[in-house]
Amino acid sequence: MRARVFVTLKPSVFDPQGRTIVEALHTMGYGDVGDVRQGKYFELEIETTDSAKAKAMAAEVADKLLANPVIESYRVEIV
Amino acid sequence: MKFAVIVFPGSNCDHDAHYAVTQVLGQQSALIWHKDTDLQGADVVILPGGFAHGDYLRTGAMARFSPIMREVQAFAERGGPVIGICNGFQILLEAGLLPGAMLRNRGLKYRCEHVHVRVETTDTPATAGAYKGQVLTIPIGHGEGNYYAPPDLLKRIEDNQQVVLRYTTADGRLDDDANPNGSVNAIASVCNDRRNVVGMMPHPERACEPALGGTDGLVILQSIVKALTTA
Amino acid sequence: MSIDPQVLERHGLKPDEYERIVAFMGREPNLTEIGIFSVMWSEHCSYKSSRVHLRTLPTEGPQVLQGPGENAGAVDIGEGLAAVFKIESHNHPSFIEPYQGAATGVGGIIRDIFTMGARPIALMNSLRFGALDAPGTRRLVDGVVAGIAGYGNSIGIPTIAGEIVFDPMYAGNPLVNVFCLGISKASDIIKGVASGVGNGVYYVGAKTGRDGIHGATMASAEFDEKSAEKRPAVQVGDPFMEKLLLEACLEVMKTDALIGIQDMGAAGLTCSTTEMGSRGGAGIEIDTALVPQRETGMTPYEIMLSESQERMLLVSKQGREAEVEAIFEKWDLHAVRIGHVTDDGMLRVKHQGQVVAEIPNRALTDEAPVYRRPMESPAYLPEAQTLDLETIVGSGSPEKALATLLSSPTIASKHWAYRQYDHMVQTNTMNLPGLGAGVVRIKGTDRALAMSVDGNGRHCYLDPKRGAALAVAEAARNVACAGAKPLAATNCLNFGNPERPAIMWQFGQAVAGIGEACRALDVPITGGNVSLYNETDGKAIYPTPIIGVVGLLEHADRLLTRRFQRSGDVVVLLGDSHCEVGGSEYLARVHGLVRGVPPSLDLKAERALQDLLVKLAEARLIRSAHDCSDGGIAVTLAECCFGSQGIGVEVSLMAVDAPSSLQVDATLFAESASRVVVSVDGSLVTEVLQSAAALGVPARVIGETGGNRIRLAVAGQIVVDVATADAERIWSQAIEQVVAQKVA
Repeated sequence: MRARVFVTLKPSVFDPQGRTIVEALHTMGYGDVGDVRQGKYFELEIETTDSAKAKAMAAEVADKLLANPVIESYRVEIV
Repeated sequence: MKFAVIVFPGSNCDHDAHYAVTQVLGQQSALIWHKDTDLQGADVVILPGGFAHGDYLRTGAMARFSPIMREVQAFAERGGPVIGICNGFQILLEAGLLPGAMLRNRGLKYRCEHVHVRVETTDTPATAGAYKGQVLTIPIGHGEGNYYAPPDLLKRIEDNQQVVLRYTTADGRLDDDANPNGSVNAIASVCNDRRNVVGMMPHPERACEPALGGTDGLVILQSIVKALTTA
Repeated sequence: MSIDPQVLERHGLKPDEYERIVAFMGREPNLTEIGIFSVMWSEHCSYKSSRVHLRTLPTEGPQVLQGPGENAGAVDIGEGLAAVFKIESHNHPSFIEPYQGAATGVGGIIRDIFTMGARPIALMNSLRFGALDAPGTRRLVDGVVAGIAGYGNSIGIPTIAGEIVFDPMYAGNPLVNVFCLGISKASDIIKGVASGVGNGVYYVGAKTGRDGIHGATMASAEFDEKSAEKRPAVQVGDPFMEKLLLEACLEVMKTDALIGIQDMGAAGLTCSTTEMGSRGGAGIEIDTALVPQRETGMTPYEIMLSESQERMLLVSKQGREAEVEAIFEKWDLHAVRIGHVTDDGMLRVKHQGQVVAEIPNRALTDEAPVYRRPMESPAYLPEAQTLDLETIVGSGSPEKALATLLSSPTIASKHWAYRQYDHMVQTNTMNLPGLGAGVVRIKGTDRALAMSVDGNGRHCYLDPKRGAALAVAEAARNVACAGAKPLAATNCLNFGNPERPAIMWQFGQAVAGIGEACRALDVPITGGNVSLYNETDGKAIYPTPIIGVVGLLEHADRLLTRRFQRSGDVVVLLGDSHCEVGGSEYLARVHGLVRGVPPSLDLKAERALQDLLVKLAEARLIRSAHDCSDGGIAVTLAECCFGSQGIGVEVSLMAVDAPSSLQVDATLFAESASRVVVSVDGSLVTEVLQSAAALGVPARVIGETGGNRIRLAVAGQIVVDVATADAERIWSQAIEQVVAQKVA
C-alpha cells in the first residue's frame, strides 16, 4: 500500500519560507492569496494490504523520524 | 584529559575540533566513527559541525539514530559533559538531549560571519571559565540556526537559566540587528536542566588562534578543561 | 543501419566528421558508437578548436609536478607537499538552472582535485552576470550564489575568494567559473590511468540515471530559444554523496591498491573509460548491465552518455579488490566491478555479454579532429579602439565620480555573496573574503598559499591579447600583494562561437597574451578549461579569459592584506600612472563608454614589482599592499581604508599627462597596470624606497594614513574629501540595496 505523509510547521511556528512565497505572490498580483504554509511530502510504499496497519506504521515513522514534534505536525493518508 | 569527537557521515568540522583540542588546547582527542559503540573512555564528548547524513530530512534528524548516539546518551545521563557545536547542537535537539528545535534562518540564507555572543551563565562546562556578561566574538556558519521553543518551554528554559549564550552587539546589548538568524530571545546556546549538555551555534574551534583572526573560542574550550579539572 | 543527417545533427557531428569516423572504423558506426564519438569529439572534450592554440602555452618549470592533461595540475610547495588545483566553467548549466548548475560545477571541480589524491582545502569562483538591476539577473545571481554555497558549505570546503562582475554583455550568458585547490604529498599524486591486463575496473558513487545526457554536446552549442527544452539535461548535485566519496577515495588512496582513478564528469562513463585506457596505453572493457542504475530500462547508449553526478571510475590491483571494497563499504558506498583492463587499446562496451560498441581509444582521443579555424580581426575593433580624449569632458565632480564607482556592483563589496559561503571551515583561512587574495595556511608547516582569480572582459574585448596578459598580471599581482611568490596558473577561457573567425581571432590573441605574460612572470599554466559557444541568439559575451594564480608564502606570518593597519603610516605608490582610461570602469560607469585600448603592460616592470612585493613582505618592511585595478588609484586608496576601523588617508598625486578637462579624473580613475599602494612605518620608508630602486621599480611617497577622511589632492589641489565611513557605507551597501528589493 502507499502512504502519504504531509509534514508542515505547526500553525504557531513562524514559517519564513511561506512568508517569502506569499510576498512574492502578492507582488505578482495574486493579492487574494492570504497565507502560504510550506511543508514536506513523503510517499511510503508499505508491504501490506491492511490499510489500518499501513496507517499506523506511517504514523509511527512520522513520529520517530519524518516530523519533529516540537515544531511540526503531520497528516497521513492511505491510498 | 580525553575528548571524543564524533564523526558522522557528512560531519565536516570534526577535524577542526580535533585540531583545536590537540594542537591548541594540548589535550588528547579521539575521532570516533558514528557506527562505533565505544567512547574509548572519553572525559568529554564533542558533536562537531557539518551536515550529518546530508541534513536531507531536517538538520540533525538522522544522526540521532547512529549507534554511537546510544553511548552519548548514556554518557550524558551519567553526567558527562557533551558539547554540540552547530550541527552537533541540532543533533542534540533532535535527540531530545536539549530542549527546543531549529528553524531556517529568518533571512532564509546561510550566514557565515563573526558574531558577538554574551555569556548568560557560567554554570556549564562550556562557560565555566568565562564571566557572566562577557562578550565573545566567535564565527557562525549555518542556514538553520533559528532557535525555537514553544512559549511554555521557553519560559522554563529562561526560568532555569538554561540559556548559555545570547547574540548581542559588541558591547553586550540585545539588538534585533545583532541576531543573525531570528532565534527566539536571541538564544545562541542552551544547556539541559542538569547543565552538563550544551549546544551552541557559534564555532569556538574556528576562533582559537590569532592567525585566524581571534581567540575568543578558546574561552569556551578552556572552560571545558577547567570544569573537568575542578569537578 | 543507415545514419540520416538528422541523427548526426542531433549529435553535433558534422558530415565530414562522420566520414572521418567511418574511414577510421572501416565501417558504419552504430548509434551507441555515434553517441560515444559525439561526446568525445565535442568541443568540450576534444578541444578541437582550441588545441592548436593551447599548445603554445608555457606549461613547464621546476615547480611544476603535473602539467595539463591530467584531472588537475600540481606544483611543488616545499616540505614534500604539492598544491593541486584547477579552474573549470559551468556556464551553460548555470544559465538553465542556476542553483544546480553552479552546485554541480563546484562538485565537478572538487572531484578533479581529490581524484589526484589531494584533500581539497579551498574554493574560489569567478562570476559574470548582466547588469545587477536588469530583469532576470537577480534570479541568476541568487541561484548561482546559493548553489555554490549549498555545495561547498555542505561538503566542508571553504570558499575563500573570488570576483563578481556585472555587465550587460553577460545578460544572456552568465559565466560561472569555479576553482578548487587541494594539498597532497608530492610523492602521492595519483593519476587517471588504467593499466595491467585483467585488473578490475570499478564503478563507485551515485547510481546512473538519464540526467545530463548530452551535457557535453550542450556545452558545445549556442543557446537559442529552444534551449529551454533541453532542461532535463541539467544534473542535480548531491554534496553528501560527494563528501562520502571524497573521504572514501582519500582513504583508498592511502593504500597502494589503486592503479588509477578518474571522476565521471562531462561525457560520464565514456570519457573516463576512454581517457584512463588511453593514458595507460591499455584498453578497457565494461558491461553496462553491471553499472548501478537509478532508472529502469536504460540502454547502453544512455548509460555511456549519462552525466549523473558524484561517480568515480577506478582501477584496482589484482588481489587487492577486497581491501578497496571494504573501505567503500565503511562509507556506505559500494564499489562495483563493471569490467577489466585489456591490452588491445580498445574501448569495448558490452551489454549482458553482447558487444554493443567497440572503438579504438585512439580514434576517440588522438584522432579527434583538430581545427585550425580561420581567424579574422573583428570588424568592431577599429571603431571601438578609437578614443579621442579631447572629446571627453571630465566629470567635474571627482567626489561624485568616486561615489559612482564605489557603488558600481563590480567594485562594491561582495559581502552579500560571500557571507553565504562558509569561508572558515577547515580552520585555515587567514584572509577573509574581500581582503585581497584568498590565503590558507598549511597545517603542520609554517607555510601558506595565496590564490586569486581575475579577468577583465572589457579589456579583452578592446584588445584580447593585452587584456589576457593583464589578467595574468593582475592575478599574480594580487597573490604578490599578499606577500606570496606566484608559482603557477590555471586558466578558464570563456569565448563565443569559434566557428566565427572574429571569435577565433579573439581566442588566438588571448592565448598568445596569456602565454607571453605567464612566461615573463614565471607562472606556467598547469591546466584549465575552455568554454566556447558562450552566445545567446548569436550575441557573444566579451572574450573572457579568467586566470587563477597560486602563490606560496614561506612564512605564513608575513601575510599582508589590503587594509591600512594604523594611523600615521606612510603611503607609498609603487609603479607609474598614466592617462590610461581606455576600457576603464570609469569610462563605462561615468561616461557610458566602452572604448579605447586597455592600459599598457610592461611585463619586465610587472615582474620587478611582484618580486619587490614578495621581498618587502618577507622582510616585514610594509604593513599593507593593495593593487590598482577597477576604478584606479582613488578606489584602491578608499578600499585600503575600508574595514580598518575608519582610518582615513591623505595623499597628493602628481597629475597625469591628459587633456586639461580630464586631468583630475584620469589621475584618480585611470587603470594603469603594475601599480600597488603600500603602507609603511615612517622609520622604514627609506629602506622601502631603496629596495624599490634596487629592483628598478618606480616608488614615491604619496601621503599618510590617519584621520577619518579620505582626502585626495591632484597637483596640489584637494579634489576628494569625504568621510571614510560615508564612502565605506556606499561601497558596502550598494549590492545589498539592490538585492533587498523584491523580485517582481
